Amino acid sequence: MTATPAIHAVGLVKTFGQLRAVDGVDLDVRQGEIFGVLGPNGAGKTTTLKMLATLLPIDAGQARVFGVDVAREPHRVRQLLGVTGQYASVDEELTAAENLWLFGRLQGLRSTAARAIATRLLAEFALEDAADMPLSQFSGGMRRRLDLAVSLITRPPLIFLDEPTTGLDPRTRGQMWDTIRGLVAEGCTVLLTTQYLDEADQLADRIAVIDRGRKVAEGTPDELKTSVGNSTLQLRLAPGADEELARQTVRRVAGAEPVMAPESGQMNVPLDNADAAADVLIGFRQAGVPIASVSVAKPTLDEVFLAITGHGTGQAGDQDAAERAATADIPLEVK
Amino acid sequence: MSTAFAPAPAGTVPSHFIDPAAAVARTRPRATIADTLSQTLFMAWRTLKKMRRNPEQFFDVALQPLLFTAMFAYVFGGAISGNVQKYLPLMIPGIVAQTVLTTCMATGVQLREDLDKGVFDRFKSLPIARIAPLAGPMTADLVRYLIAGGLTFVMGVIIGYRPGGGALGVLGAIALSIFTGWSLAWIFTWFGTIAKNARSVQGLSMMILFPLTFLSNAFVPVGTLPTGLADFVKINPVSHLVSATRDLANNAVISSEVGWTLLAGLVVIAVFAPLSVRGYRRHM
Repeated sequence: MTATPAIHAVGLVKTFGQLRAVDGVDLDVRQGEIFGVLGPNGAGKTTTLKMLATLLPIDAGQARVFGVDVAREPHRVRQLLGVTGQYASVDEELTAAENLWLFGRLQGLRSTAARAIATRLLAEFALEDAADMPLSQFSGGMRRRLDLAVSLITRPPLIFLDEPTTGLDPRTRGQMWDTIRGLVAEGCTVLLTTQYLDEADQLADRIAVIDRGRKVAEGTPDELKTSVGNSTLQLRLAPGADEELARQTVRRVAGAEPVMAPESGQMNVPLDNADAAADVLIGFRQAGVPIASVSVAKPTLDEVFLAITGHGTGQAGDQDAAERAATADIPLEVK
Repeated sequence: MSTAFAPAPAGTVPSHFIDPAAAVARTRPRATIADTLSQTLFMAWRTLKKMRRNPEQFFDVALQPLLFTAMFAYVFGGAISGNVQKYLPLMIPGIVAQTVLTTCMATGVQLREDLDKGVFDRFKSLPIARIAPLAGPMTADLVRYLIAGGLTFVMGVIIGYRPGGGALGVLGAIALSIFTGWSLAWIFTWFGTIAKNARSVQGLSMMILFPLTFLSNAFVPVGTLPTGLADFVKINPVSHLVSATRDLANNAVISSEVGWTLLAGLVVIAVFAPLSVRGYRRHM
């Protein structure tokens, strides 16, 4: 495709005092795709996005949005994009309808047009019943929806979504995903940051992995996952099992380095395919390593990170932690 | 309430399919003056909406003139002018100036609180004039100056002040105070854009406000002051505002003091409006 890229950024740098929060990031986002920027907290995702959105000055490097230079013509760039942040950026003391009306009028709509678009967006985001309610009575999901609706008033061709589903319950998250897909069906380009591999996997056409201010990998979700192994064998050893013997067995049978999750006492083994799990288990039986629980799962962001960067995300992804806590193998551990 | 919401259903959407090239062609390089004015008015509308929902923030604006007028009149009246009636024409314009300045300070403090809210991120990402989010609340604050100035004169009249300048003179005095208040508010708005938090805006503003109001001719005749102090009082812009307000309210005279006050206001706007926009741009 020869169309102007939606975003073309080269060598973006942002420093805060000693810290190079963004340290030479290149990004190319094609028109009409969902591009995911994946990384742990503090990796520089939001800072990158804020520079592209003219919210932070670019310290070094260059960025263009649909060919328009971000540093030189910020006012033009602002007309091409809508930003929906991690925290709802709507006016808490106005109602939903008033917010939509105000932001429409600020962007040059006439009063009747602003009102018509507000009504349509309220319907589209199922907020009609809450149109005149104070925002203090809104749920987290409703705020997010209103926030996104406000970004769509002028139907900008590029939408930035900064962790659009962080803190949402799974059902609301799924609905937000549908909405994002709907945007792309209309011809929008979406740049999305997320901490969840799962979310990037579900939504993004291409993903850039950011770590400590640098881009460490880029590709389609499939390419990214293949680089990590397609699945993970999660083992919990029985009390008194020989951990070192278990490690050696994994190395010998699967040819992979097991990853210990110290907080849960769990051992994770990256596998190219799930069949290899049986070989590892047979190896354990033969070596005499007792096991408390076993499961096979898709790779987590932590494992992708470990594979790509050689260190973990420094946080148990809250989603994964919650899932682990919910699994029924805790009584076994007590035995 | 149901949280279900409809993702734009597949078949109905492309009623207007987005064309980036057309969107780029439509963009304008900067906000025009007309845009800036209308955006400022919508920002003012936002502030007025909030004022109507939180009427308690008018308490200080309403209470201060009532309280101070009565207090100062009865406490200082006898000592300074012989009796309360004679003191009122000297004092009321002083209270007007003081009240308007205190109101300015509130502008800066509230802006600082507002800046921390998420909605300011949105304002920054919008293609609107950078000065609009600052000028909007200040324009809405004209209502406060009007209340503050008006109530001071009303209270004065209640306790026996008979302005010699008549209704027109008083209206002129109120209009001049409103303009001066609005222009001086840019100083506190600038504090608001550079200070760490609302408390430091308040502290800084107090340190400037108290000397400015009390080291002026607002409450005492300049003749009673030692020379060094008298010199400062004479050049203090608050003295000019007070003198101008006295000339208007008591004598219906548009004196050179009115000119000096207007000029000082314009100079303050010319210096502090650009500084405020710069501070706002750097913020975060």
